[in-house]
Amino acid sequence: MAQFVFEVDLHGLLKLDTPIPNAPPARWQRKVKESGGPGPSPAAGPSPMKPANRSHSSSKTPSRTPGKSGSKIQSTPTKAGGDRYIPSRSTMQMEMANFLLTKENDPAEESPTKKEQQKAWAVNLNGFDIEEAKILRLSGKPQNAPEGYQNNLKVLYSQKTTPGSSRKNGRYIPSMPDRILDAPEIRNDYYLNLIDWSSQNFLAVALDNSVYLWNHTSGEIIQLLQMEHPDDYVSSVSWIKEGNYLAVGTSNAEVQLWDIQHRKRLRNMTSHSSRVGSLSWNSYILSSGARTGHIHHHDVRVAEHHVATLAGHTQEVCGLKWSLDGRYLASGGNDNLVNVWPCTQGDSGDFAPIQTFTQHQGAVKAVAWCPWQSNVLATGGGTSDRHIRIWNVCSGTCLSAVDAHSQVCSIVWSTNYKEFISGHGFAQNQLVIWKYPTMAKVTELRGHTARVLNMTISPDGATVASAAADETLRLWRCFEMDPIKKKEREKANTAKSSIIHQGIR
Amino acid sequence: MAKQLGRDQQGITLRGSAEIVAEFFSYGINSILYQRGIYPPETFTRVQKYGLTLLVTTEPELKNYLNNVVEQMKEWLYKCIVQRLVVVISSIENNEVLERWQFDIECDKTVKDESAPREKSQKAIQDEIRSVIRQITATVTFLPLLETACAFDLLIYTDKDLAVPEKWEESGPQFIANSEEVRLRSFTTTIHKVNSMVAYKKDSFP
Repeated sequence: MAQFVFEVDLHGLLKLDTPIPNAPPARWQRKVKESGGPGPSPAAGPSPMKPANRSHSSSKTPSRTPGKSGSKIQSTPTKAGGDRYIPSRSTMQMEMANFLLTKENDPAEESPTKKEQQKAWAVNLNGFDIEEAKILRLSGKPQNAPEGYQNNLKVLYSQKTTPGSSRKNGRYIPSMPDRILDAPEIRNDYYLNLIDWSSQNFLAVALDNSVYLWNHTSGEIIQLLQMEHPDDYVSSVSWIKEGNYLAVGTSNAEVQLWDIQHRKRLRNMTSHSSRVGSLSWNSYILSSGARTGHIHHHDVRVAEHHVATLAGHTQEVCGLKWSLDGRYLASGGNDNLVNVWPCTQGDSGDFAPIQTFTQHQGAVKAVAWCPWQSNVLATGGGTSDRHIRIWNVCSGTCLSAVDAHSQVCSIVWSTNYKEFISGHGFAQNQLVIWKYPTMAKVTELRGHTARVLNMTISPDGATVASAAADETLRLWRCFEMDPIKKKEREKANTAKSSIIHQGIR
Repeated sequence: MAKQLGRDQQGITLRGSAEIVAEFFSYGINSILYQRGIYPPETFTRVQKYGLTLLVTTEPELKNYLNNVVEQMKEWLYKCIVQRLVVVISSIENNEVLERWQFDIECDKTVKDESAPREKSQKAIQDEIRSVIRQITATVTFLPLLETACAFDLLIYTDKDLAVPEKWEESGPQFIANSEEVRLRSFTTTIHKVNSMVAYKKDSFP
């Protein structure tokens, strides 16, 4: 820019009709500058020399302090709804004043029937006879929230994109899903668990009254079952660890067991009295949670399958997970409780929870055990709560709690990186990856246009599938192992086995 | 609390019932203030009550204000002269009433101090109160957002011939002009019955 100033200066020197560049500004120029402040752009100035003039003049005249220019804009201090006549509207009791003023205007003469009618109306509208009651108010308003406190609901629900994590990620996580699958007619019900991924790489998806299997390796889609009655629907699906049997919970309180290879139903276990919204396997024991709040254990090998009942919830059990070592069962319900149950009965023969957590203020559907640290459980609360909490189930302490600012529908841990991913609803419908145990946000995956309902992870731990109310299933390749690290891991595994071989020799 | 536990074996008396209901109002009002964001969430702390984790305010002025109301309520409940308690939430700038939480109280006036205590277990009452408070928490899923900064007011409907104690003054009902109402659960101690409902301003857009 400097060369233009020089040129302009040069031209000015040669032409004699332009104002002198280094002269102090004329009085009218100073006035313009004072009133304009930082407003008028240099181009709007009377002459092209103006910018140069200004900078010179501000240094020349010591009377005008540099900070003063620009602060001349008079702004009337905005009091909360105040004006000259009524300085503080909020402390005025307009209601009462109006009430007292208008009370005098009641007509004295009234026919008895009219009075009766008025009384009847008054009772109707107010719920009781207003003549018989007095309304009192404790005077002296309690201190209002401090100025500048923005009502947190607004902050919560107008949540724009959060700033990214300050530290650069160690790895690249693609922000777009790997694949998007169509999931038409998927039920938009927060309390159901409609997807699960088997160890044989089949993704089971329940779409209203049918269950479809999607083969991740081949991309083939098979319809496994369809409910007989059109009004019934599938409320939960869960694969057995080996991946050859699928448990299906239905709205008519049945728990069905299907053989995938033969595509036949092996068992239909009825023991509940309301829809079965959650299922979890522990080797041959299948646990089911129902709308009544009861959890049933089914031994699928024997005819008398119903072997235990756990009564710990008073409302629908929407989150149900056995720990990976099979020692504890964690359940979350619509009654905002999280119960941790032992695998064996107590002395009295009844199952009683070893822990009950009441801190969540909303329904707890997201329940997930940490795969690398025993006895660590993560739970997430619904719309009224929005918090993710990490617990140690032996001591019962809450290790950490973080506000996710949005309904939490699901949590899935990842062994590849010490992280976990959570699925959310309003307003961004995003998936958030958190680092454990620092609870720092690694990244957010956006794409769903309606709230996320369920999430599940692939058997190799690299891909997370999320099902949302926008009738899509998105597969995110967020936990892919670095190929170098993968090789190292494999080497470590093979090294171990070779040592064993040497030992045998 | 120890007093009430002892009474558990004996049943519910008039004084006990008044205390239970007044306590419920204290926690209920705190829950409403937290859930609706009238005060910053950092000023609330968690306590265990009714088998739930509830949030109560730590601000001394507000605590004082609420204690005054609750103490007065206890007296009036004991005398069976209070008919309803209303929490009014209005916008600070234009004093427009946005939400109105109404708790109707039905009192069995035949009960006196000397009457035999009623049969109802503490646990049953606690369960009922728990359901109501949980419902209050869950209302955040359907109540419209409170966009502006709000203040709250407590109104108590008493019998007409009550002498107005000092610090209290008469007031209007502060109804909402165009409102939607949702009735919540109720609970009863067999002496006092509390019905709850919330009315909110209907959104201008359907």
